[in-house]
Amino acid sequence: MSSLELTNISKRFGAVSVFQGLSLTIAAGEFVAFLGPSGCGKSTLLRIIAGLERADSGEIRLGDQRIDTLAPGARGVAMVFQHYALYPHMTVRENIAFGLRNGGAPKAEIAERVAEAARVLEIGPLLDKKPGTLSGGERQRVAIGRAIVKQPRLFLFDEPLANLDAALRTRTRLELAQLRRRVRATMIMVTHDQVEAMTLADRVVVMNQGEIQQVGTPMQIYDRPANTFVAGFVGSPRMTLAPVGLVPGDARFATVRLGDGSQVSTRVPRADLPSEGLLLGLRPECVRLGPPRPGEPTAQVEFIERLGDRTLVYVKLGDGTAVTAEDKGASQAQVGQTVGLRLAAAAAHLFGPDGRGHHAAGRAG
Amino acid sequence: MSAGDGYRGRGGLVGYLFAGPYLVAYGALLVYPLLAGMALSLHKADLFGGREFVAFENYRRLVSDTVFRQAVGNTLYFTLLTVPALTVISLALALALNKAGRLAAFFRGVFFSSSVLSVTIVTLIWRFVLTPDGGLIANGLKAAGRAPIPFLSDPHLALPGIALTTVWWCLGLPMMLFLAGLQQIPGELYEAAALDGTSAWRTFWRITLPLIGRTLLVVVLIESVMQFQLFGQSQIMTQGGPNGASRPIVLFIYEVAFRRWDVGYAASASEVLFALILLASALQYAATRERRR
Ligand SMILES: Nc1ncnc2c1ncn2[C@@H]1O[C@H](COP(=O)(O)OP(=O)(O)O)[C@@H](O)[C@H]1O
Ligand SMILES: [Mg+2]
Repeated sequence: MSSLELTNISKRFGAVSVFQGLSLTIAAGEFVAFLGPSGCGKSTLLRIIAGLERADSGEIRLGDQRIDTLAPGARGVAMVFQHYALYPHMTVRENIAFGLRNGGAPKAEIAERVAEAARVLEIGPLLDKKPGTLSGGERQRVAIGRAIVKQPRLFLFDEPLANLDAALRTRTRLELAQLRRRVRATMIMVTHDQVEAMTLADRVVVMNQGEIQQVGTPMQIYDRPANTFVAGFVGSPRMTLAPVGLVPGDARFATVRLGDGSQVSTRVPRADLPSEGLLLGLRPECVRLGPPRPGEPTAQVEFIERLGDRTLVYVKLGDGTAVTAEDKGASQAQVGQTVGLRLAAAAAHLFGPDGRGHHAAGRAG
Repeated sequence: MSAGDGYRGRGGLVGYLFAGPYLVAYGALLVYPLLAGMALSLHKADLFGGREFVAFENYRRLVSDTVFRQAVGNTLYFTLLTVPALTVISLALALALNKAGRLAAFFRGVFFSSSVLSVTIVTLIWRFVLTPDGGLIANGLKAAGRAPIPFLSDPHLALPGIALTTVWWCLGLPMMLFLAGLQQIPGELYEAAALDGTSAWRTFWRITLPLIGRTLLVVVLIESVMQFQLFGQSQIMTQGGPNGASRPIVLFIYEVAFRRWDVGYAASASEVLFALILLASALQYAATRERRR
């Protein structure tokens, strides 16, 4: 169990620059998720840490050791590949033991560690099978087994759940959470799925186009998105981002005016807020429906999604601004209907013209 | 159930229709000559004259024919000289050239190019290399102050000289087969092996070689079958000499059939060669299947 420190990592593939001076620190024993859209560089960063890809510059330290100059096998790092990369001609047992054999560990110790890994992952009955005869979920357990027998200081998972079907994914997510409690090690998981990142990780590193957008606990990321990218990427359906104007005044908190003229009194301190080019951020659960009332925004229903326990209602304000609202499961809303919007203004966010987020004072985080 | 039966019946008929043209060609071009050859080997037959059934007389003659026994020995020796060398060298080339990039592509082309040359050109080139009279090797030896080696006129060096020529000529195909096999191995496996701390040597023996096992078998089989049928190189470079030291079975067959017109006897020698090739292939196949269990 060791802390990981990336300093000033830069990497380019030919003309394409992936990272320019990326730095990140992960505490010992932490479970961190790299979250971002496809192609943002998550896998590349993981592979640089593993030593499968060389950074053009920068330094990587694991614990008190500099590892970016070491061969992959010498870094004390284990990786579970997205497509598992099990050796097809070896049995499960040989797959798991292969790394230990390379290291010249005594036979008895290898057998003991393989048996222990098989017990933890419940793959004992599979030990003498070849990977080709296993299901996707079983292969993944074997891949995890191959990683944990090495007792690495750092685990790397590349999209561990992406290749599993929906039912298996939920189960495996739970198992990963349990595994995490049994195996004391620092872990990094790459994912483009925010639910995986939010449910499994202690901290989430949100990335976009090779740059770290925000690092924080899942609730910090959700409640206080650092910028419009994080606000839009985390949370499903997306947070509504509506252009607003700042209403002049000298109150402590900012009041803004939507395109249709209605006003929203936020709990965002007015102090260091830019006066122009603001966007109002509202999560769907902060926008409820009701009969139209004076002083509140009214909107027309465009589209309805019934999810059973709740209903998502996509509406348009008088000036055409699109807003996503949430209603109860048995919603009466109908397309074309005019409705009133009840905004939980205290939970609203504001984003400046540079994309930076400004949040309600006093909220957790 | 009855519906299924009807379907299967019709499917069978359609199947035969599809396979039919191939089966006709296969029968006419392979099965018939094979059987005709077997029949011929049981006759005393002249290329232009009559035929007389002699049962196994031709085979009895073969057994006591020292020229034929020498040819069998030469063929086996030649196969042992060429097939392992071809396999190892072409695998080494494939491993070295199995990467992206122009230089590797260029060398893949270079090493394959010799295979497209005809036997006449290959033997011409190699006679220039091997001749003691100002050849490439002779010049090299002279520069080092050594006497030239008369490869093709020394009974102990004629077959090795032909083997050298053949290896150079035949490297292209097995190299391409190995390259195709290597490209089937996912790169992730090598990354997993790197993270498992596997040395390059162990990666080759424990990952690469087992995963191209089938290609290896195919290469050894194809090359054995081909090298058992050595003919052109001996015919052109040494005419089987000196003193029969480089005469392979096919050259023996050719001489018996078309110089001595003893077609029945030649046919029996062909059947022996056929049996030898079949036996060698079956042994290799069985050996690798045994190991794969
Ligand atoms: N070996 C490579 N050669 C060239 N470009 C690459 C290579 N690997 C990744 N890239 C590029 O780097 C960027 C990041 O890729 P990747 O790390 O795989 O993204 P992610 O895992 O977040 O989807 C992409 O634009 C991709 O095209
Ligand atoms: Mg990826």
